[in-house]
Amino acid sequence: MPAPSTTEAARRNRNLCAIGGGVLLVAVLALLPGVASPYTLTMILPVFAYAIALLGLNLLFGTSGLLSFGHALFLAIGAYAAAVMTGHWGVKSLELVLLGGIAAAVVVAIPVGFLSVRYTRIFFGMLTLSFGMLFHSFLIKFYNVTGGDTGMSVKRVRLLGLDLSHLSRVEFQTGPLYYYALVLVIAATLLMWRIVQSPFGLHLRAQRDNARKAEYLGVRVHAFRLAAFVLSAAYGAVAGVLLAVRSGNADPELAYWTHSGELVFMTVLGGFASFVGPLVGAFAFIFLRDWLMGMTEFWRLAMGGILVLVVIFVPRGLAGLAADATTRLRNQFDLRSRR
Amino acid sequence: MTSALIEVKSASRTFGSFTALAPIDLAISSGEFVAIVGPNGAGKTTLVNLLTGLLRPSTGSVTFKGQDVSRLGPVRLARMGMARGFQLVTVFPELTVAETIAVAAFSRLGRAHHWFSSAHSDGDINGRVARVADAFGLTDRLEQPARLLAQGEKKLLDVASAFALEPEVILLDEPTSGVSTADKHAIMQTLVIASEKMGVKAVVLIEHDMDLVATYAGRIVGLHAGRVIADRPKNDFFTDAEVVAMVVGRPPKGFH
Repeated sequence: MPAPSTTEAARRNRNLCAIGGGVLLVAVLALLPGVASPYTLTMILPVFAYAIALLGLNLLFGTSGLLSFGHALFLAIGAYAAAVMTGHWGVKSLELVLLGGIAAAVVVAIPVGFLSVRYTRIFFGMLTLSFGMLFHSFLIKFYNVTGGDTGMSVKRVRLLGLDLSHLSRVEFQTGPLYYYALVLVIAATLLMWRIVQSPFGLHLRAQRDNARKAEYLGVRVHAFRLAAFVLSAAYGAVAGVLLAVRSGNADPELAYWTHSGELVFMTVLGGFASFVGPLVGAFAFIFLRDWLMGMTEFWRLAMGGILVLVVIFVPRGLAGLAADATTRLRNQFDLRSRR
Repeated sequence: MTSALIEVKSASRTFGSFTALAPIDLAISSGEFVAIVGPNGAGKTTLVNLLTGLLRPSTGSVTFKGQDVSRLGPVRLARMGMARGFQLVTVFPELTVAETIAVAAFSRLGRAHHWFSSAHSDGDINGRVARVADAFGLTDRLEQPARLLAQGEKKLLDVASAFALEPEVILLDEPTSGVSTADKHAIMQTLVIASEKMGVKAVVLIEHDMDLVATYAGRIVGLHAGRVIADRPKNDFFTDAEVVAMVVGRPPKGFH
C-alpha cells in the first residue's frame, strides 16, 4: 500500500527534523556557559526546572485535556522534600533527593488525582486549585514542621557523589548544576516523547477528545487519567527539587495558586502541542518577567496584557508560531526546488 | 434460552414521572440481526442505552453473557465483546482515522498500558487497522484527522472503530442517519459484509428507514410509546398492517 509508506516516510522525515533541531538546541544550551553572563545562567537554571514541570503539565493539559490550576502543589512538595531530606535527614546526594521528591509527589498525587480525574474542565481545575491551596495553608500554619512563611532551607547537595562544597554559590549554579539540570531536561523530554507516542498516550488523547466514545472502545478513562496525573506530579516534583536546590530554600509561595497560574501562563506562552513548547514557554516567561520588572513597577499589568495578546493572536504559543514559520519556509523551498 | 448473548428481563426505565420504557423482555442470540424500530420517542435509544449499560434499568435486569450489564461498565463490556456506535457522530476530532481504529485495536489486544513502545510501529495493530479500514473503505483517509472527514465518513469511522474491537455483539444507533439514501445502502452493505468478515455474532440496529430494515434485518422489534408492540421475524412483521402502521405509518416498498 503506497499511502501508509509515504506517511511513514513523512513521519520519519519529521522525526529527523525534530532530532536535528533538538541536537542544535542542546548544543547551544551546552555552550552557553562559555558566553553568557553568570546572571543570565542563574536565570536559565529555573528555565530548565520549569521546562520539566511544563512537560508534565502538557501531558495533563495537551495530551489528556485536563487543565490543572494547582500544579504548583507538586513543585512545592519536591522543594520541601529536598529541604527535609537535606536539612533533617542529612541526605547529600541530589539523585536520592530527586527520588525522594518523586516518591513524595506520587504518594500525594494518587489520592488527589483519584478524586480529581473523575471530573474534567473547570471542575477538575477547581479541585486541583483547592488541593494546592490546602497544601499552602498547611505549609503556613504548621510552623513547627514547615517553618511557616519563612520556609525551610535546603543544604548544598552532591552531584553524582561529587562534593562541590568548595565552589561558590554562583560557580555551583552556573557550572555543575547547570549541566546536571540540562541533562535532566533532555532525559525528561525523551521520556515524555516516548510516552506520548505510546499506546498509552494514544488512549489519553482518545479520552481527551471524547471520553464516552473512548470508554466504549475499551479505554480505561479514569485509570489512565490518574496515571497521567501521577506522572505529571512526578515531573513537577523534579522541577521543585531543582528550584529549591538552586535557591537554597523551600518557600510556601511555591504552593500558592499564583505559582500554578504562572505554570499555566508559561504553557500558553510556549504552546502545549510540541516538545520545545515547555522550554520556550519557561524561557520566555522568566526573561520577559525579569525584563519587565526592571522597566516598570506595573510589570504584572504588562504580563497580563501580553497573556491576552498571546491567547488572541498566537493561540498555539511561541513554539506553534515557530513551527508554522518553518513549515511555510519548507513549503516555499519545496516550491522553488520543484521549478 | 441459554444461547442468548443479551437477555433483558422485565427491564424498564423511567425518568422522573415519565416512563421511557415499560417493562420489557428481550433475548438476543448468536446469529441474529435485530432491528429496533418505532417512531420518535418510542424508547429506542433508551433501550440501546440499557443494553449497553449507559443507563441503569429502573426495574428488572439486563445481562450480557450472564453478567449484569449496568455493573460491568463500558470498558469491561468492550473486553467481553460488546461494542456500540452512537446516534450522534462521535469520533475523536484530533485523532487520525488510523489512530481512531488503533485505539480499539490496542484495547482489544490489551496493549494500551504499554508506555514506552511506539503506537505507530506495532505490526499487529497496523495490520488490524489496515483490515478494518479496508472493510469500511477508509484506506485513503487513514492519515486524516477525523474532524476533516465528511459526515458519512465520520459515521463509517464511528462504526469501524467499534468493529475494530472484534466484538461478538454490536449495537448501532441509527448508523445511517443524516446520510443520503444511496449512501445508506452502501453503509448497510459495508456493515453486513464487515460483520461476516470479522465474525460478529449478533447485530442490533436502531433504524428509521424501513427499506433498510426490510432489506437487512432478520428480526424486528417494534416499539411504540415505550412498549414492545411486536417482536417477530421480518416477514411476519411487515404482513401485520396494524403493527406496521403503528411503528411506521406506511408499509415499505415491496411489502403489501
